[in-house]
Amino acid sequence: MNLASLTGSNKTFRFTFWKLVFFFLMAAGLYATFVRFTQGLGASTHLTDQFPWGIWISFDVLCGVMLAAGGFTLTAAVHIFNIKRMHSIIRPTILTAFLGYVLVCMALMYDLGKPYNIWHPLIMRNPHSVMFEVAYCVMLYTTVLALEFSPIVLERFGLQRPLKVVRTILIPLVITGVILSTLHQSSLGTLYLIVPEKLHPFWYSPLLPVFFFLSAIAVGLAMTIFESSMSARHLGLQLELPVLQELGRVLVVVLGLYAILRFEDLARRGVLPLTVRPGYEMYLFWLEITLAILLPLALLVQSRVRSSPTGLYWSAVLVVLGFITNRMNVSITGFEGSTGVRYFPKWSEVAVTGMVIGAGFALFGLAVKYLPIFPREHLALQEQSAEPMEAVAVAPVLEHAGD
Amino acid sequence: MSKALLYDSTVCIGCKQCEQACATQNKLQYDDTIAAEEFQSEHKLTAVLTRGDKFMRRLCMNCQDPSCASVCPVGALQKTAAGPVTYDPSKCMGCRYCMVACPFGVPKYEWSKLVPKVQKCTMCPDRVAQGKPTACAEICPTGATKFGERDELIAEAQQRIRENPGKYVDHIYGLSEVGGTSVLLLSAVPFETFGYKTSLSKDPLPMLTYRVLSHIPEFVPLGGMMLGGIWWITHRREEVALVEGKTPETGKKNGRNL
Repeated sequence: MNLASLTGSNKTFRFTFWKLVFFFLMAAGLYATFVRFTQGLGASTHLTDQFPWGIWISFDVLCGVMLAAGGFTLTAAVHIFNIKRMHSIIRPTILTAFLGYVLVCMALMYDLGKPYNIWHPLIMRNPHSVMFEVAYCVMLYTTVLALEFSPIVLERFGLQRPLKVVRTILIPLVITGVILSTLHQSSLGTLYLIVPEKLHPFWYSPLLPVFFFLSAIAVGLAMTIFESSMSARHLGLQLELPVLQELGRVLVVVLGLYAILRFEDLARRGVLPLTVRPGYEMYLFWLEITLAILLPLALLVQSRVRSSPTGLYWSAVLVVLGFITNRMNVSITGFEGSTGVRYFPKWSEVAVTGMVIGAGFALFGLAVKYLPIFPREHLALQEQSAEPMEAVAVAPVLEHAGD
Repeated sequence: MSKALLYDSTVCIGCKQCEQACATQNKLQYDDTIAAEEFQSEHKLTAVLTRGDKFMRRLCMNCQDPSCASVCPVGALQKTAAGPVTYDPSKCMGCRYCMVACPFGVPKYEWSKLVPKVQKCTMCPDRVAQGKPTACAEICPTGATKFGERDELIAEAQQRIRENPGKYVDHIYGLSEVGGTSVLLLSAVPFETFGYKTSLSKDPLPMLTYRVLSHIPEFVPLGGMMLGGIWWITHRREEVALVEGKTPETGKKNGRNL
């Protein structure tokens, strides 16, 4: 997609392929929105009593929160662990996380049967409910992300005093954000602990919260690599290769840890024999394992791959796709056996998700254009380059932002 | 003492008067078409199933330690001391976690409505509070559905099994399933025939999530302290390096904090 044209940086308005895609997504999404809020969930989804959660939960919420994990991973690395080399890539990561959470909240308004009651957990409390924990984590962490994001906006408008305030509380803010993220990422796995007899043994495990948390870190790292690569490629920025290589090394360790835990857990629960018995769940299980663990590990252990921008990029893409498959498996595939129902989303469910992704693309593009997201010297470098902005396609950068 | 229902399927004649009474009690429509439906739905809170000459009721089990009430973030679902698991639609925000969590697949949703509610049998909480039996138990012409104290009904069920060898499957469904339920079932044929899972845990399911949730109050201060400590150490190193006249790793690249 031509971001420059999307955000109106060229004087004359022209229709490009990606702009058409964007307007199509918006139009379809708005029509689906109309159907959802005038006719209800029954008319706008394929949800049933047997299958009460569909892609608005699986993709928009579970994957959306997971894809926003770069925010806490990177802020922890830079501000807590004091790894200064990673400073240059922290702003796009925070932007992604903030947009991710805003869009998760938006998607929730579609999925809740009575969205206007979304504030109820504030005064009606049930601390025994994982959903209650999730509700608080979403509210509080979105607030923290807004504050972590605020210096970018404040700086843009030269508001020194509030900027000073935010910087003073930055470290406690980052620590709060990391704790809330740890709770939130793991709690999305904890949600499923209460259904041991419904969720397929490939995915039901007492370790679900640990798996969700560890994989969120892996995806956070992968998303950061992905997003930096895309920005470099399409915004003409300088690629932070040494930083990405380091992220790649950490990614190997996290993926390795996850793989060992996952298979130890399958072995201890006696599920390993099932993994070689052909069947619907078995194929999707191996698709997930291959994309998320086997291929990226095989690639990233080679220093040749880690030192190549293309190698890093594709490894990151595999990790992201693999764990998206994982979240879909936990929340959809894993339930199809016990409920005896096959769920496939209705067009309007897909349209709303598409609109959310499209909105993410556009918002990321606008933010990059109007706010100091990328380091100044890099933008300076880009301004000097002969290549005009409008010739550069940047929208794929936003791929992640929409969820 | 909590109240319960004992349904003895060997006494049931399949007249479906319980379905009718339930619909009336809950102000739901009831006609021949609905009577023919052999499953619970948002317009049918109890169903009598027929398999050959055997019958079986399906209704909310009103668990002793219900998953639905445990997972409801706003406490719209509540287990009352008297036995019924009640639902307050004004609190509900429609997240449908109760439907995902229920081991019996009981809560149903009004998918076609713009302001939807969860629908399930709530064991006539108003009647029970007045000391009256549930509508289904009151109407039952054969006493197949019996209302009473849970302890007494368990004793009675055990006695029926003991005194009629070979008549019943030797199992009171609901005695210990997911920690026990306020609906107890007796059957002459395996419960699986009617879709009742017999592989369910004997422990209440809410423990599975609460075991994790209960650690949050410890985790937050510990995590905060640990992260704060790491921050202190990593930045202290830098200060020391500065004092000793060495350049730290790298300077702040852009002179920005975020």
